[in-house]
Amino acid sequence: MELRATGITHKYEDLTALEAVDLQAREGEILALIGPSGCGKSTLLGILGGLLQPTSGAVEMQGPVPAGCLNPLTYVFQDFALLPWRSVRGNVRLPLEHHKLSPAERRERVEDALARTGLTDFAGAYVRQLSGGMRQRVGIARALAVKPAVLLMDEPLSALDAQTRNLLLEDFVGLWLREKLTAVYVTHNLDEALRLAHRVVVLSRRPGRVREEVPIDVPLEERQGTSGLLALAPLRERLWNLIRNEAQTAELELVDA
Amino acid sequence: MPEQPRERNVRPVPFRGGGFAPSSRRAAAWIAFAVVIAAWQVGSSQGFIHPLTLPSPEEIVAALLDLARSGDLWRHLSASLGRLALGWSLGTLAGLAVGLALGMFSLARSVGLPFVSALFPIPKIALLPLFIIWFGIGEPSKVATILFGVFFPTVINTYSGVDNVARSLIRMGQSFDMPTRDVVLKIILPGAMPAILSGFRISASIAIVLLVAAEMIGAEWGVGALVLAAGNLMQTDYLIAGVVLLSLIGLTIGVVLSRLESLLLRWR
Repeated sequence: MELRATGITHKYEDLTALEAVDLQAREGEILALIGPSGCGKSTLLGILGGLLQPTSGAVEMQGPVPAGCLNPLTYVFQDFALLPWRSVRGNVRLPLEHHKLSPAERRERVEDALARTGLTDFAGAYVRQLSGGMRQRVGIARALAVKPAVLLMDEPLSALDAQTRNLLLEDFVGLWLREKLTAVYVTHNLDEALRLAHRVVVLSRRPGRVREEVPIDVPLEERQGTSGLLALAPLRERLWNLIRNEAQTAELELVDA
Repeated sequence: MPEQPRERNVRPVPFRGGGFAPSSRRAAAWIAFAVVIAAWQVGSSQGFIHPLTLPSPEEIVAALLDLARSGDLWRHLSASLGRLALGWSLGTLAGLAVGLALGMFSLARSVGLPFVSALFPIPKIALLPLFIIWFGIGEPSKVATILFGVFFPTVINTYSGVDNVARSLIRMGQSFDMPTRDVVLKIILPGAMPAILSGFRISASIAIVLLVAAEMIGAEWGVGALVLAAGNLMQTDYLIAGVVLLSLIGLTIGVVLSRLESLLLRWR
């Protein structure tokens, strides 16, 4: 299934957050949305998944929903959005509970999602007992349990420390190599986008517009190590130049201006 | 490398942290209780304390045993606990429902919140005469007083508890197409539970105050009636026996609520 957004404009009262954004998430591809803080990336992701109503423009799902998919557009949140009163397993089961599934299938989906994120041994733990990285793994397991058609990831690593971020990033790469998920990945971190994305959409500072859409041709499995860094260096330079000025200006703005 | 000059003005860094970390020792509490009661008993038997001003612990225990023997103790207690249970549960149920509505719906909030804010500060005991006119001198007016007293703090605690449930959790529920009923039962209600439970403590203590006050007006049985009647007859031993009963009721409710909290809020 693919996700296509056309002419998305979003206004908060008299503030234009997004202006005429066109976007397409293609099947089996990770699309990174990158831009300075306050450029409306998260707003755009909210619109893509139907959590926010755009002022104008439309988002369409194209193509059939894959078999077994319970929630085509599934989010992974920056703050994890886990229920602290539920165990890891309870959190992963949450989105399945209101669907008509046999107990066996429900259990199988939960255990499968836990296994794929390496959480089987932590299934009974409460959220407060987990480290940040483990918490986000629960968020991912919960998303996988519904077999999403498109994963919408809202800065999933921004609340984590640098080491954990790298570990989880490699997990994402492994996950994609195995399952070829379709995903939209919002980040303000250029290196995350370069490691994970097949295409990078650079948004401009407020109002957010698409400044450029850059494909990354280096396969995901070849982006590691010195050779990988070398291969990506020219692209990194180019993307950094695109966002640097925007970031600098954004830095100097008052938050409520 | 040149030799380090010997520093003459050397002094250790003084420790400035510590303190402000009170801990509680169980044994100390029991010992303090025992010391106070013993001193009280000694003062009474030595004649320092007049038996009419403050009867000795021994006399209070005797009065309690006397009440238990005659069966009046159970009549008083069951009358009080019955009113408390009925008034508190009805008030709590109504308060939870209204508080949830205020927390979730704009219309309920815009209409209901001003009403609640206006009625909350009224000491509910002032309404007792009105309730007696409405419902008569019997049970309903007493239960209604407790119900109203419990209702408002429950509304306010539930409402603010619901209001403080993280928006991101509700968005998460919506992002998985959870039906509204599930969002309420699985996200909003458990999220508001800490605030609701701390509201229970407040409403339980209010309920006991109103219980005693209501029982002091036209009740035959009940701990409040016992205390009032004993006071009229200058039977301070029975009076304080009644006060001890009230303290025990309050303590028991406190223990039950603590258990409930540690059971329901295990995740914290």
